[in-house]
Formats: sequence, C-alpha cells, structure tokens
Amino acid sequence: MTDLAIETEGLVKVFGSNRAVDGIDLRVPAGTVYGVLGPNGAGKTTAVKMLATLLRPDGGRARVFGKDVVEDADTVRGRVSLTGQYASVDEDLTGTENLVLLGRLLGHTRPAARERSAQLLAAFGLAEAADKQVKHYSGGMRRRIDIAASILNTPDLLFLDEPTTGLDPRSRNQVWDIVRAVVAQGTTVLLTTQYLDEADQLASRIAVIDHGKVIAEGTKGELKASVGSGSVHVRLRDPEQRPEAERIIVGALNATVQLDADPVALTATVDGHGTDLGAAEQAARALAELTRAGITVDNFALGQPSLDEVFLALTDRKGTTA
Amino acid sequence: MTVTTGKDTQTTDTLDFVAPKADELAALLVGHSRPPRPSALSASMTFGWRAMLKIKHVPEQLFDVTAFPIMMVLMYTYLFGGALAGSVSSYIQFLLPGILVMSVVMITMYTGISVNTDIEKGVFDRFRTLPIWRPAPMVGYLLGDVVRYLIASAVMLTVGMLIGYRPDGGIVGVLLGVALLVVFSFAFSWIWTMFGLLLRSEKSVMGVSMMVIFPLTFLSNVFVDPKTMPGWLQAFVNNSPVTHLATAVRDLMAGNWPAADIAWTLGWSAVLVVVFGAVTMRLYNRK
Repeated sequence: MTDLAIETEGLVKVFGSNRAVDGIDLRVPAGTVYGVLGPNGAGKTTAVKMLATLLRPDGGRARVFGKDVVEDADTVRGRVSLTGQYASVDEDLTGTENLVLLGRLLGHTRPAARERSAQLLAAFGLAEAADKQVKHYSGGMRRRIDIAASILNTPDLLFLDEPTTGLDPRSRNQVWDIVRAVVAQGTTVLLTTQYLDEADQLASRIAVIDHGKVIAEGTKGELKASVGSGSVHVRLRDPEQRPEAERIIVGALNATVQLDADPVALTATVDGHGTDLGAAEQAARALAELTRAGITVDNFALGQPSLDEVFLALTDRKGTTA
Repeated sequence: MTVTTGKDTQTTDTLDFVAPKADELAALLVGHSRPPRPSALSASMTFGWRAMLKIKHVPEQLFDVTAFPIMMVLMYTYLFGGALAGSVSSYIQFLLPGILVMSVVMITMYTGISVNTDIEKGVFDRFRTLPIWRPAPMVGYLLGDVVRYLIASAVMLTVGMLIGYRPDGGIVGVLLGVALLVVFSFAFSWIWTMFGLLLRSEKSVMGVSMMVIFPLTFLSNVFVDPKTMPGWLQAFVNNSPVTHLATAVRDLMAGNWPAADIAWTLGWSAVLVVVFGAVTMRLYNRK
C-alpha cells in the first residue's frame, strides 16, 4: 500500500484492570472504508477515541496520515472528524444552530457558515426540521445531522462509530448511501460496527476485534475463505429428523455442522479438503443422501459463508445469529 | 416515528428524504477550501454564543440570576437591618454592595454543574476533535456566565434602589463596582470548571460547591464589620478575597477609590485564573 490513512503499532489503553485495547496493529489504506467489527465491549470505541485524539494511548503508537496522534494531535484534528456512538451534536440547539456553530468553529465567516448549513440540511433532508431543537429529532434524523456536522469541512478521514446502532432498516440504508457517497469523494472512512452485514455492505477490508485484540484481518473474501469455501444451509420440515440429518450431512460433507437456533435448520461448512469434488457436487451428494433417508428438505442452499459464520467461528462465542 | 407499510412508504418522518445522489454530495464535498482556523478570541466568542442560545432555548435557567438575588436582598435586609444598623434604610447602604458580591459569587457555582452535565454528552467529543484553541469551550462557558452575572447585578441594584439604596458614586461608581465583580467572578469560576471536570456527578459538584462557597462568602465583611469577631476569624476574614472584593465594590459604589482592595481583588483574580485555569485545561485534555 502506498498511502496509509491510519497506522498503529501495539496500541494499548488500560482502564483500571481492564485492558480495553490490548495491542492493536492496524494499517488502513487511504481512500477506502475500513470496517472494525466486534461485539459490545470489544474495544472498538476506545480504539477510535485514541485515533481521534480524544484519549491518550497507554502504550504503542498511532499515526494518522503519518502524524502521531499524541505529538501532532492538532494536525491530526485538522484532518479528521468523528461521528460518535451517541449523537455528537448539541441536543438543546436547532439543526441550523448546530451547523452554524461548527462552521464558525471551523473558521467560516457567519454568512458562509449559514450558507453551508442550509446546503447540508437540504441535502440531508432536514430542511424542514432546520429550526427544531435536535432533541425532537428521530433517531435517523439525528444520525444524519451528525454526519452532516462531520462533513461540514470535508475531512480526509471520517470516524463513524457504530453509525447505525438503533436505527430502523430504512434509516440504516440512508446512512449507508451517505457513507458510500462520502467515500466516492476520496474520504477514508473507519467504520466500527457490531453488525456483520454492515461491514459486508460497506467495508473493503475488515479487522475483527475481540477483548481488545485483532483476531482476524483481511478483505471480506479472505475472511470468508479462512472459514471454508462455502456453506450449506438446510431447512427440514420435521424438527425431529434433525439429529439424523446432522449425522448424514457430517458423513457426506466430512464437515462440521452447526445446529441453528431454529429447530429445523442446520448449517454446514464445506471446506473442500480431502476430496476432489467441488463444493457444489459435495452439497448435491448430501442432498441426495438426505432424500434417500426419507428426510423432507424444505430448503437447501449453498453459499459463501456469511460474515456471521466467520465472526462466530473467530470469536468462538455461542450466539443465535441467523 | 417511522411507520412503514408495504403500500404506504411515504408516511414516515423521513418522507422527503432521498439519500443524497453521488453528484449532489460531490458538489457539497468538493470545491470547499478549508478556511483558516479561527482565532482564540473568535472560537471563545462562538462558544459564548452557544451559551446564549442555551439561555434562549431554556430561559428557566435564568431563575437563579433573577429570583434568587431578589430573595437574597429582601431577606437579609429585613432580617438584619433593624438589629444590626438600627433601620432597614441605613443597613441597605452597607449591605447591598456586599450582598451583590455574595450572590454573584454564589451564582458562579452553576458553571461547574453545566460543565459537568455537558461534558458527558457526545457533543463534547466533537468539540475536542476540532482544531481550535483548547480552552475555548471553557472560556465560552464563562463568557456566557458573564451575561448572567450582569443580569443578576442589574436585578439586585434595581431592587436595592427600590427599597432605599442610594449609591454616592453615581452611575460611574456602580458600573466600576459591577465591572470589578464580574472580573473576579470570571476568574473565580475556573474553580468550578475544575470541579465540573473532576467530579463524577452533578450532585457531587453541588455538594463540593456548597462546602466551598458558604464559608467563603459568609466569613467575610458582607454582613457585618469584622471588628467584633475573634482574632483568628478576623485574620481569615480580613485576608479573604471576598472581603477585599466586597470592600472594593462598596467603596467604588460609594464614590471612593479603594486602590488597595482593587489591587488585592485583581491579584486574586490573576492567581485564580493561572492556577485553576491550568488545572482545568490539564483535566480537559486528559478527560
């Protein structure tokens, strides 16, 4: 990689006896969306706060566009902006007042700040709410004004800390569209999320974080491949047949089978090892054997492993993710 | 809230929102050169403007600079007037400048509470990632508070005049007195910004503030001449910054020029800003 937006070496942050961030190494190429994926409490927000100069690292180094976040904090602040997990705008002020306030703090004259504020509010569908206090905004509207505030001066690096947590699907899609548009203009985005589909949708590279450590890093394809070449999703008609189906699939695919929370569903990973058959042929053979054993199969699908499966495999947590 | 059905997807709060088209956003994002950073003064004034906006949206918060000072003037004048000075009208000449000092110095403690409640909110994370003069948000609070101190002073002087206070120093004397009081209160407020950042909850800020403010304001010459106090208390009272301030304000409003007390007050103000301003900024940067 020629240009790195973020580079960290052994980044550490300790709160009391809790090593919230425990030696993180990241290399984020400029101009991309980089996903940081992890469960609640994994250390994502703490890491972002150190990179955004809000927290001082207890160990290691972090550079943003080659500048150290401690020694050159002021230079870094000039190039980044942060949309925090909770709305980083003043709830007592109106939408316009918030954006004009920030515009003034970024050095715009009062008329320029007003003009910019009006443009952004219009583009983000907030023109009608411009004179309402932000505390009366819906969750989706808050997110939008928050992101609008972050791009008031187009940042070179935008931190989005769980930007869609708590949003309904429609608002979430709107936020995704905005992120894509921002990246298309050359801004690097560091996105933290606990939603795998969000990382899947937006990020080109992903780091999976758990207990303050990076447990996997790579492109989406690499992460999925690390778990297996494909996975088979099976839905039975009769839940009582599931143990037998499990036995048959294990035999046919020579693979581990995960029993889903849904009592009629099974998921098997096809790793393609130990056989010269392709994943699809193996899957077809398994389906044939299920039918021969008199098991009614309602749905049978072969696909790439989802990031959910990758995530569960990596974090080794028991979950009921679909 | 968003209620969406298959047919009627327009009945949402976001009905008119279409995610910005790439080209529309492009127009918003490019071609906007970054303006130079604002000066320290400009950034501080902008935060002061934010404090004004908060007053505009929550005017009830002015209760403590209107009703509270009126209560203080009336209560202490009529409570002590007859006993201490023989009559209300003679006591008010002595008391009003003092009670003005006491009330405004007491009001400063709300600074700590607003810092404490504000700092926990997400918006502070944004302020702290801006490339601006670091103390600007704190100075902005205090500039907003200066307006509150002026309101309180105007209210108390008006009530005082209504019940018989007559400042011999005239308008100039009164304005100089208020100006000195505002300078000292601005400096004194840095103690509260420090506690606002240091303590964990609003309640603890309130508790600590009371512990500091009550002895400091009551153990002074606001109510009575310290001559009748025991020696050890006189030693404290005569050297308290509140006593110097109260004496200076009283004399200024009475038409005198209390050079020594003015110098003491300004000296204390400088020390307070240097010490507690530095501690505040250290805490702010480490938060």
